[in-house]
Amino acid sequence: MEAYIDCISEFFPEKTYCNEDFFNEFPQLKSKEASLLKIGVSNRHVVDPTTTSLDLAVNAAHKLFEEHKVNPEDIDFVIFCSLEFDYALPSSAAVFQNKLGLSNNVGAIDIVSSCTGFVHALSLAKGMVESNERKNVLLLFPSTLSKTFHKNDYNSKFIFGDGATAVLIKERNEPSIGQFVFGTDGDRADYIIIKDGGARNPINELSFKEDENEYGNITCRANFFMNGTGVFLFGLKTIPKLVNDILTKNNTKLEDIDFFVFHQANAFLLEAIRKKIDAPQEKFIIAMDQTGNTVASSIPLALNSLMKEGKLKTGHKVMFAAFGTGLTWGGTIVKI
Amino acid sequence: MELDEFVLKVEAEIEDLEPGTLTADKDYREIEQWSSMYALILIAMIDTEFDVTLTGEDLKKTLTLRDLHTTIKSRL
Repeated sequence: MEAYIDCISEFFPEKTYCNEDFFNEFPQLKSKEASLLKIGVSNRHVVDPTTTSLDLAVNAAHKLFEEHKVNPEDIDFVIFCSLEFDYALPSSAAVFQNKLGLSNNVGAIDIVSSCTGFVHALSLAKGMVESNERKNVLLLFPSTLSKTFHKNDYNSKFIFGDGATAVLIKERNEPSIGQFVFGTDGDRADYIIIKDGGARNPINELSFKEDENEYGNITCRANFFMNGTGVFLFGLKTIPKLVNDILTKNNTKLEDIDFFVFHQANAFLLEAIRKKIDAPQEKFIIAMDQTGNTVASSIPLALNSLMKEGKLKTGHKVMFAAFGTGLTWGGTIVKI
Repeated sequence: MELDEFVLKVEAEIEDLEPGTLTADKDYREIEQWSSMYALILIAMIDTEFDVTLTGEDLKKTLTLRDLHTTIKSRL
């Protein structure tokens, strides 16, 4: 049997943080508004301190079961993909099984992956279904990244938004999910990092020492850090090559792709990548205005925007390309 | 691309900027609108126009658009 993406549901925390809220919090940045708007975000959702990634995933899964009439008893594997987990152990996927009342025969694992997470999880699910091991694999992509930000890390507060998607991978006769291309460069692990708080660097008195960059953005070793210029250059250089590699591996031409659904990192970066690969604007999806960069959920959200607008038709070919923490990257082509 | 044309091109990339605000020998970071996002926009523009990829460190080493233009020409 062949694996395919059956349905997607979304869940967002209630609290929003719009650009007006942002400029009220950081009035000194008002003169730089025009450049910030190029990131392509007007609004984003933010979790409250008591809400966890597991809570978001549970809500997204409930919505999936309701909206798409999915029987929870049919789920036979759960992949919980996030950067934030409720406990050091056990896995969030195990706790999720109980909270959703799923069968005790379900397999459940966490995977730690950020913006490439959807592609990583999709490849695992494809392997399970196409080896006839599993029939209904539930993928969960909750992000509560805002909890990791320093209060004066304005860049991250502008770019990212919290939320979750639940995606069901099922089996059918027609081939759908193509060949994958992956990449990893651990030499640039420090481009996107929370340096302290793990086993390597336990929290210490220096973990909260504020570090201000040349643009006045502040973070510390205990909080999320992103080398924005480094990640931008990485995206600009790596993704056009990734696109070529995906096309070659799937024996497909660029003009045969109906939609390009890439990780929604930053609208300006996406547009620069679009120009480099020479993809038509109408086929290249930018859908982060109301959500911000939602990490692993950004591709399912963008794909779901096409589904909800009725633009995706049977037989359409959609290219996924993702890149993020690690640094990692990956992609494939899916036939709807 | 000559220096004068380069200055105009950079000026066009930065919104809300009165024409003539930027000159070849002005510290471009001194303009009020300058931000980390414009650093990325400049890097992308230089990549497209010159096929030269500058890093954040390359930008840090320059003060004026003349310095930047010289750096680009040395990489062509």
